Amino acid sequence: MFKFPQEDNPDTVTVTIEGSEVSVPRNCSVAAAVLVSAIGHTRTTPVSNSPRAPLCMMGVCYECLMVIDGQANRRACQETVREGMRIERQQGVGPTR
Amino acid sequence: MKAHYPLLIIGAGPAGLSAAIVAAEHGLDVAVIDDQAAPGGQIYRAIESISPERIKQLGGDYQRGHELVAQFRASSAEYHPHTSVWSLNDRQEIGILTQDQTRIITADHVLLANGAMERPIPFKGWTLPGVMNAGAGQVMFKQAGIIPEDGVVMAGSGPLLLLLAWQYLHAGVKIRALLDTSPYNNLLRALPHLPRALMAHHYITRGLHYQNMIKLAGVPIIKGVSRLSAHGDNKLEKISYRRHGKTHEIETDLLLVHFGVVPQTHLSRAAGCRHSWDNNQQCLRPQLDEWGATSQPGLFIAGDNAGIGGARTAEHAGRLAAFQVLFQQGIIDQAQRDREANKDRKWMRDDLHIRPFLEKLFRHPWGLLAKTDDDTIVCRCEEITAGQIRAEFQHGHEASNQVKFITRSGMGPCQGRQCMLAVAHILANESNQPMHDDAFYKVRPPVTPLTLGQLASLYPEEQE
Ligand code: FES
Repeated sequence: MFKFPQEDNPDTVTVTIEGSEVSVPRNCSVAAAVLVSAIGHTRTTPVSNSPRAPLCMMGVCYECLMVIDGQANRRACQETVREGMRIERQQGVGPTR
Repeated sequence: MKAHYPLLIIGAGPAGLSAAIVAAEHGLDVAVIDDQAAPGGQIYRAIESISPERIKQLGGDYQRGHELVAQFRASSAEYHPHTSVWSLNDRQEIGILTQDQTRIITADHVLLANGAMERPIPFKGWTLPGVMNAGAGQVMFKQAGIIPEDGVVMAGSGPLLLLLAWQYLHAGVKIRALLDTSPYNNLLRALPHLPRALMAHHYITRGLHYQNMIKLAGVPIIKGVSRLSAHGDNKLEKISYRRHGKTHEIETDLLLVHFGVVPQTHLSRAAGCRHSWDNNQQCLRPQLDEWGATSQPGLFIAGDNAGIGGARTAEHAGRLAAFQVLFQQGIIDQAQRDREANKDRKWMRDDLHIRPFLEKLFRHPWGLLAKTDDDTIVCRCEEITAGQIRAEFQHGHEASNQVKFITRSGMGPCQGRQCMLAVAHILANESNQPMHDDAFYKVRPPVTPLTLGQLASLYPEEQE
């Protein structure tokens, strides 16, 4: 759906999205990185298991909930990528601890 | 972070930053907390890290943010990014969440400057991956220059739609179509406000310029669009709409929608501030005095969460609130307060000339707001459809809050932010009533979901 610009080749970090390593600009949000990676959806709903993806990118819709470094219910649009970050889709309510 | 501040500002957009600059200049111990990673708010997002190339693509207004953020950085105001607020009450106790730890801090005065959000309007298929808000597209563009890969359809009504289309064209994005959902007769209704709007004509000149550039680039601008729908299996494949009695389809994997912006009122409502329905802006807004003081003593609001006025007005409103706080805390006298405030008031008066015109031009038809198809999901979190809301109305549950407790609409993670307007409109339509001040879910803290672990961090001694 989305792509990074060709013009600038900024500082990048390497993160793992659904098991694949990708390199993404240092200042981008997790949700943005995921939208570029084209994995399609970021979570499935607890009610009907439907796929969902980020809607607002400003922290108000909670559609971007993902499992980040093993922690469920993180708003991917509010977190900045970090080197080595592990990003996974959240299925339903996510892993319970 | 300290446990108490004379002035705590929530939100680092134009209103919060300008208030902090004024307060700090006068020696007040002020802190700004903000959900984002860097100052600027939505409007000046990523202003400190953006490449000069992209600044050009974003246009002149955005650059104003540089000055503001630089002044803020140079001031003595404390700044706490990545900090969200989950509760606020009438005793100026603020529940915050930072680095997974919850805390409660207090303040003599609180300024809520947490801005606006895009108006959610449910339509068929709006939950499909590939359907996003236009503002979300702009956020990614500002953050890292991210643009649609394979074209985009843009739809809705509001200045941001034109602005983003123009910005995308500069970045080489293919816009398949721009669908305008505002009714044809909006223009007629807006015309009487044109003379006044011309006093702030730069807004109009710019809007027309964008529109011309978009047309020149060969983008079809399609007016009079209704029944926008998104279709696909698990992700967006095509969109459809009605126009002049015919259904049209466009294949696309990305639809960006925008229906204007509305104040974020969850915190001010949780704090018990009085709000009223604004029929011109078609939104709920807090009742404020001329300084931005709410009905709760010590609690001020400035910026777009006070009602939509735009970034420049927000800056001045933030300053006004700061002057009043400085006056109430005995730091400046009344004469100084009024002298300073006069300049800001003059500026705001001039800037706000454009608003009545814009409000009429981009006004949403009642059908789009209230006559949602029965099978369309309204509450995205709990997957409650318009039909389920109507069924509850038929069962005698006529208030938003009743419907909420029976259906769970508005009880998911977003706490009703995405559905509160739609549910209120659907119920109003069923009862043949106009919108009113109490048409909405009640808001209770925490206004953002907290995990048990985060809540437990409030009571460290009991953890041991
Ligand atoms: S995309 Fe809406 S909260 Fe993250």
